Amino acid sequence: MDFGKVFSGAMPLLLEGLKLTVIVSLVSIVIGMIIGLLVCLMKMSKNVVLRAIAGVYIWIIRGTPMLVQAFIVFFGVPQVVRMFVSDFKFTALTAGIITLSLNAGAYLAEIYRGGIMAVPKGQTEAARSLGLSQGQAMRKVVLPQAIKFSIPSLVNQFIITIKDTSILSAIGMAELVNKAKTYVGSTYTFFETYLVVAAMYLVIISILMVISNYIEKKLKYEGKKRHRDEH
Amino acid sequence: MKGRRDTVTNINRENKKVVVTNLHKYFDKNEVLTGIDATIYEGEVVCVIGPSGSGKSTFLRCLNKLEDATSGEIVIDGFDITDKKVNINKVRENIGMVFQQFNLFQNMTVIKNIMMAPVMLKKMTKEEAEVKARELLARVGLSDKEHAFPGELSGGQQQRVAIARALAMNPDIMLFDEPTSALDPEMVGEVLDVMKELAAEGMTMIVVTHEMGFAREVSDRVLFMADGVIMEEGTPEQVFGNPQNERTQDFLRKVL
Repeated sequence: MDFGKVFSGAMPLLLEGLKLTVIVSLVSIVIGMIIGLLVCLMKMSKNVVLRAIAGVYIWIIRGTPMLVQAFIVFFGVPQVVRMFVSDFKFTALTAGIITLSLNAGAYLAEIYRGGIMAVPKGQTEAARSLGLSQGQAMRKVVLPQAIKFSIPSLVNQFIITIKDTSILSAIGMAELVNKAKTYVGSTYTFFETYLVVAAMYLVIISILMVISNYIEKKLKYEGKKRHRDEH
Repeated sequence: MKGRRDTVTNINRENKKVVVTNLHKYFDKNEVLTGIDATIYEGEVVCVIGPSGSGKSTFLRCLNKLEDATSGEIVIDGFDITDKKVNINKVRENIGMVFQQFNLFQNMTVIKNIMMAPVMLKKMTKEEAEVKARELLARVGLSDKEHAFPGELSGGQQQRVAIARALAMNPDIMLFDEPTSALDPEMVGEVLDVMKELAAEGMTMIVVTHEMGFAREVSDRVLFMADGVIMEEGTPEQVFGNPQNERTQDFLRKVL
């Protein structure tokens, strides 16, 4: 056991990996949230074709392991594209972000849909009865409430996405686990290094949970507090 | 019993606000409305009564197209809303609706609930809508609840806000779908009082209700529905005092 050596030796490398893990997570979550919203609206639309496309997308992503998806994106897709464009290649980073975003998008779409369905139908009807269009009712009344209902599940998905970045070490993306592997490969400090890696994930995810608890509380009490202040 | 019929009647028979012709409505294979004809005049207060499942609420919801008519014609202020070319959103701006479950927007304060539609639909500036909202809140006796969220109000208070919200669009017609059915008994009165006031001011109102006292006292005309048709209609005196149809007699015996 030599934590001292790991801290001094591995830290620069691990922090570099951690930085990429955080960046890739953030970017993928943002892209995933946009994909998720689009797919969710497609799945709830009246158009059969849009609904079918969304359904198949969610079905495939949820029904296959992310590791396999990453291999398809990183190795498979460029191979096909090279038939038309010579020398086409994804970097591990690009392929990683594509995979993670597509993955998070499918799950987030279902989370949004759950949130939207949790908003009572009467909310839409009241908005429509006043003369709002379906889109206006969605924007002003349904989505704000749906997002609020979805927060616990959204946070859960964010946590999964952060942890899933580790799978992308398999395609050589230089994130935290990938860096750790490189380090232990030459030093054999498996226990110490991976313990530090685990602690790093724990810290990042704990920070996320603190933020989400704060947001959840704020959304819940915002109105009441303002109301009390008036009196 | 002294109702508004004894004093002034606001009905303008020259102006038909709602004309329904041979309205049919199916839910899947189930025919809920089996041919409804009705004309409602400006300033008229019409109460729709009848047993559950008779199609009262469905009829009402067809009038602002929350339910699509399967066949027949519904003309509101000259616009046939069963015609796909008619912009239903524009027509709805002139029809206020009050729901059994209030349906106040949970994500907005009371005043935002009232201001939202007029501002969003560019009927008023934000400032105008705010003045109007305060005026309406005073009218329904809830000026002190401006910044409350719906969840902090009693059922009766929520329903009064819902009425104010509908009125903020300056509608010509108000639809009430069992507005007091979800209320605790002690709160029914406060909501009915607001509705009575509205009726006295000459608002065209169609009220689906189980409040027979209200129907008798306030309405100009009562429609009795059963099995998806209007079985009997007339003045409250006629329908409550001397019902002709056997189904009406049977229903009134049970509820009165």
